Amino acid sequence: MSDPALLALDLAGARDGLTRKLFSARELTSAYNDAVAEAKRLNAYITPTPERALAMADAADRRLARGEALPLDGIPVAVKDLYCTKGVLTTAGSHILDGFHPPYESTVTEKLWRAGAVMLGKANLDEFAMGSSNTTSWYGPVENPWHRPGDNRPLVPGGSSGGSAAAVAARAALAAIGTDTGGSIRQPASFCGIVGLKPTYGRCSRWGVVAYASSLDHPGPMGRTVRDVAILLRAMAGHDPRDSTSAPVPVPDFEAALGGDIAGLRVGIPREYRVDGMPDEIEVLWQQGVEWLRASGAAPVEISLPMTRYALPAYYIVALAEASSNLARYDGVRFGLRVAGDSLEEMYELTRAAGFGAEVRRRVLIGTYVLSAGYYDAYYLKAQRVRALIARDFARAFERVDCILTPTAPSAAFAIGEKSGDPIEMYLNDVFTVPANLAGVPAASVPAGLTGNGLPLGLQITGRAFDEETVLRVAEVLERAAQFRHLPAFVAGGGS
Amino acid sequence: MIESRTGKWETVIGLEVHAQVVSKAKLFSGAGTDFGAEPNTQVSPVDAAFPGMLPVINRFCVEQAVKTGLGLAAEINLPSVFERKNYFYPDLPAGYQISQYLQPIVGHGRVTLDMPDGTVRKIGITRLHLEQDAGKSLHDQHPSLTYVDLNRAGVALMEIVSEPDLRSAEEAGLYLRKLRSILRYLGTCDGNMEEGSLRCDCNVSVRRPGEPLGTRSEIKNLNSIRYVMQAIDYEARRQIELIEEGGRVEQQTRLFDVGRGITRPMRSKEEAHDYRYFPDPDLVPLVLDSDWVEQIRAELPELPDAKKARFMSEYGLSADDAGVLVTEKETALFFERVAEGRDAKTAANWVMGDLFGALNRLGVGIEHLPVSAEQLGALIDLIADGTISGRLAKDVFAEMATSGADPAAIVATKGLRQVTDSAAIEAAIDTVLAAQADKVAEYRAGRDKLYGYFVGQIMRATQGKANPALVNQFLKKKLAG
Repeated sequence: MSDPALLALDLAGARDGLTRKLFSARELTSAYNDAVAEAKRLNAYITPTPERALAMADAADRRLARGEALPLDGIPVAVKDLYCTKGVLTTAGSHILDGFHPPYESTVTEKLWRAGAVMLGKANLDEFAMGSSNTTSWYGPVENPWHRPGDNRPLVPGGSSGGSAAAVAARAALAAIGTDTGGSIRQPASFCGIVGLKPTYGRCSRWGVVAYASSLDHPGPMGRTVRDVAILLRAMAGHDPRDSTSAPVPVPDFEAALGGDIAGLRVGIPREYRVDGMPDEIEVLWQQGVEWLRASGAAPVEISLPMTRYALPAYYIVALAEASSNLARYDGVRFGLRVAGDSLEEMYELTRAAGFGAEVRRRVLIGTYVLSAGYYDAYYLKAQRVRALIARDFARAFERVDCILTPTAPSAAFAIGEKSGDPIEMYLNDVFTVPANLAGVPAASVPAGLTGNGLPLGLQITGRAFDEETVLRVAEVLERAAQFRHLPAFVAGGGS
Repeated sequence: MIESRTGKWETVIGLEVHAQVVSKAKLFSGAGTDFGAEPNTQVSPVDAAFPGMLPVINRFCVEQAVKTGLGLAAEINLPSVFERKNYFYPDLPAGYQISQYLQPIVGHGRVTLDMPDGTVRKIGITRLHLEQDAGKSLHDQHPSLTYVDLNRAGVALMEIVSEPDLRSAEEAGLYLRKLRSILRYLGTCDGNMEEGSLRCDCNVSVRRPGEPLGTRSEIKNLNSIRYVMQAIDYEARRQIELIEEGGRVEQQTRLFDVGRGITRPMRSKEEAHDYRYFPDPDLVPLVLDSDWVEQIRAELPELPDAKKARFMSEYGLSADDAGVLVTEKETALFFERVAEGRDAKTAANWVMGDLFGALNRLGVGIEHLPVSAEQLGALIDLIADGTISGRLAKDVFAEMATSGADPAAIVATKGLRQVTDSAAIEAAIDTVLAAQADKVAEYRAGRDKLYGYFVGQIMRATQGKANPALVNQFLKKKLAG
């Protein structure tokens, strides 16, 4: 099989080809190693690991030859560089983690390798996952493989899992894992025309994932199809006694939930998911999504999620408060960057000033502020109350509906640098995605169409806690209806 | 009450005790807690706050805290919450300490003090919460660098906060001894202050009797009861002098200078910390099952107060004696084993007399004395059955305390068995009286005091082995002529 043909397969197709021995895991991985090199200009990877990938592929081939194939045997994936990987440089996109080679493997990546998956490398991201455009990485911005036709300006892939999304879209990874704190899987998935799922909080272990905001960080899968994401999720999920917030619930066969009938399923359409300046085409696509689901027998129900308007400020208080504390450990004492000073305080100051980028510094400062004596009640405590109300909004809605359909983001991909002037404008990109993080409920983004200037747009399905099966089932119905077959301007192997 | 040139002052003291939980593993990591291990050998990536590492609560430490709460007659809070106390310090790897703040695991309780005058004082416990210890900064390893040992980082501590109910250094000392005794009975803290398993912060203020509370100062990190008492005494007098000279006590943190016996303000770190407490999002609220708590309650050992009451009622001991015997669990256990099937008062006298004397002389604890409770019991039995005299028994005990030999063996090898053979005793009396004919005459002439002299001579002649009762019986008869 030619490289372009191999790269054109989705995960389910590659799995099938490997099992039927149409090609070897080594051939597949080699094609992807080449693709990673070919896609270098996108800057989707911080650390490609081609040798390790081949070694893992060979191990998979040996199992395949013995007929002892594991669920993900030989499947090459990109790992967001927020997951600690034993002995492999782990940066979180930050200068402050210079030279950090973790002595441990994160639970989720460990599960992937145990399932036979192959690591292509560590994918670029916004520094400490703080960003919606993948422009804050110490290792430079990631470029979206999509372009506006006739316009060569590089576009952002979204963030913070921008490297993962760009790699999957550009066929420089068969699938990827990301993390989603306020939309960091779903928004880049929407910007890059792929599928991304933020599972229920507690579904996938956070152990070994560099923390941004502990109560909001969700590891999750990204892939070309809903099925791919379902397959990946099953391998990633499961209770982990090393993470106290991990849920002791069984892991269903998510793939088996696909293809089911959605007749009679009630789909909530929240009237609040509209913001000023949202392009009409997004509104139109949303209506199209409603029609597709109606055509499949589902029943659209208008619902209200009144607290949604407070979700963004509540998110940026809770997340930044936690971040300010989570990032205190980067002090130059035990690992990563150290800038020597004449005193302890000076060493802290110089190290953190040099090690953290502007956006991280901004968030640490805001987070410190909202927890400070005299401000705690007005900011942090109030934000936590709002968070509880948002969760109640969802709980009430899910008494009436089985899932909720909304746009994923209020815009398509924008040009690198286009929105960097005003942080608030950048934060607004998360307006539709943060409520699910605050409530901990699962949500997926599915590519549903193109904007007038040829950029992908996603629709978001949100479900009940631990009901990823419904989310995936509805997402797949949308996927089938949308028939999204478009390819980005750049695809490794040239596309086929 | 302190009497000064301007009148009476009252000292008001509240103590915050940090008690290291007896546990093989740390509060939130599986790393060990060996005291005195090589630096940085008891450290997991969680303790060193490596990226992505998460805390998981150690169930045993929670059980120890509950047990301690119950031992302090305190309310157990079924839900409690761990929060982060944020500050930068090299021996605090995460940049925050996981502690409990608004919702501690244990609420109000009390400790009962037996005052020297026989009265009882109840000292309120405000709360007990679980928290992580920090590591240790070593400033003496290099001329210009500080080294950090994280062995202690993450070890479980119970912070036990008292109400400001203590009124003197002596009361503070009594409180600490009592608290330590309770912790040791429970096995939740070894109470070893030299190793730092029990450390104390003292809040001290002074006021005129009946007036509202004065401004307090906090003396940090005292690691002996003696220092606590010295520091409080010094601090109270310092504050009184300050006020009397027209000054005002500032709310501040002070350190006790052990060498000079004074307290002084803690340098530099005076910028008031804003710890920015907030619930630790890596941990869910700790929710205890009330059945579990009741099970722990049911399995609580008998504590010093209850044991003291029982020693008084069951053994007829005085309050003082019972109080002394129950202070250390090991002593109380030892005493009960000696007293079993024997006269309890005799047993108590032996334990508090010769045995405590030997412990002081040898400088060891009761668990390291070579004499077992069974052996001391056997010695008492030898007195009771007339094998040896009480006086000789003291020598036998001294021998037991050094060699650890059984009393019967010592009696046998040294030939200390009491002489109860009437003929032998009479013969010894006859020899003495014959040799002291002039003194016998004096006695018979009315110098009664010589009686004791004759007894002494007879005992000496028999190497102390003559049965005193028989000596009396025959001597009186013979002297009466």
